[in-house]
Amino acid sequence: MNKRQITLTVNGRDHEVWVIPSDTLLDVLHDELGMADVRYGCGEGVCGTCTVLLDGDPVNGCLTLAVQAAGHQVTTMRGLLGADDTLHPLQECFLRRGASQCGFCTPGMVLTSLDLIRRVGRPTREEIRYALVGNLCRCTGYTKILDAIEEYADQ
Amino acid sequence: MPMLNLRLARPELLIDINPADQRLPCVALSNSGGGLLRLPALTRHRVLLEHDLVRQHCPLLADAIRYVGNVRVRNRGTIGGSLAHADHTSEIGCCLLATGARVVARGPAGDRTIPASDLFAGYWTTTLAPAEIITDVLIPVARPRQGWSFHEMVRRTSDFAIVAVAVTVNLAERADRIAAANIALAGVADRVVLADPALLTSDPDETAARIAETLDPPDDVHASGEYRRRVAGVLIARALREASARAAR
Repeated sequence: MNKRQITLTVNGRDHEVWVIPSDTLLDVLHDELGMADVRYGCGEGVCGTCTVLLDGDPVNGCLTLAVQAAGHQVTTMRGLLGADDTLHPLQECFLRRGASQCGFCTPGMVLTSLDLIRRVGRPTREEIRYALVGNLCRCTGYTKILDAIEEYADQ
Repeated sequence: MPMLNLRLARPELLIDINPADQRLPCVALSNSGGGLLRLPALTRHRVLLEHDLVRQHCPLLADAIRYVGNVRVRNRGTIGGSLAHADHTSEIGCCLLATGARVVARGPAGDRTIPASDLFAGYWTTTLAPAEIITDVLIPVARPRQGWSFHEMVRRTSDFAIVAVAVTVNLAERADRIAAANIALAGVADRVVLADPALLTSDPDETAARIAETLDPPDDVHASGEYRRRVAGVLIARALREASARAAR
């Protein structure tokens, strides 16, 4: 298939990339641009490890084609970092609460819960659980993740 | 897209219709209190969940969307895409049957309107012609003395439904007795189905038992057909009671 050149705006920076129309956004972010915080988990939209924000809304990188993201703002977890790569306050809460173990699910957890908090302010624990049904963690068992998100929402 | 990633679909050509239509949900009300809620096919699930017009005029659909996918799926998934996919466990398909909705399909010969009850042909198959696409969904607005209810049995939130039931009921003029009901079921056949209206009685348990008896759900790894039939009976009775209570308010 023919490649075409598109401009992807990721974390505020423009990237000129050559893509096949069938390349997913995940393929391009991870394999072409080397962004290790966007990850292949299930490939069918149920695990949440490929979560990115598209114009501010969480979407699955594995179910969005790269060409569909051209002309839109893409944000990965690294886009949340402050100057000199200081951690986002929600990431600090994850660290303090021990909410990351292997870390594979963490970017998806952070981006999805941040979207929830931006929308509703202080969600209940049950609302956080519901928002994260599509983010699987196989290490910590979720309790510490919920603790971390609640701590951030209380700030 | 999941069908592509799972290699279940291998299309030679894919057309992105996302930029083709920017319309929003709208409603046209008649003087008699009736009217239609018009949802463009590209209306995303998140909009169905949050839009005031949907919450007001089709609360059944706004409620049922909570069971669809997860937040990322609802940000990208559309009502037209879901209907054309024609999953036999579709919450949306179930709601359209229960509300007596119609879809507008556009092809080379122009537009035609298809009742939701004629749209689904079997597993992941619709009656759309190869060159037709869905452009709009038309839902009769909820009216006074009408109640609704949606219930779903799943093992984990956001899974495909084992059984789902969507119900609308209309109460009789001066008594809290059900005059008519649409009872739609998902997960019990090769497509979403409407129960035969002739099976309706004044007793929710009896109605549920009569409908369950007519079902012959398939067995799969998630549940046996017999289990699905029993769950369907329980959910139908529960939904009829809840819908009647809402209608009487």
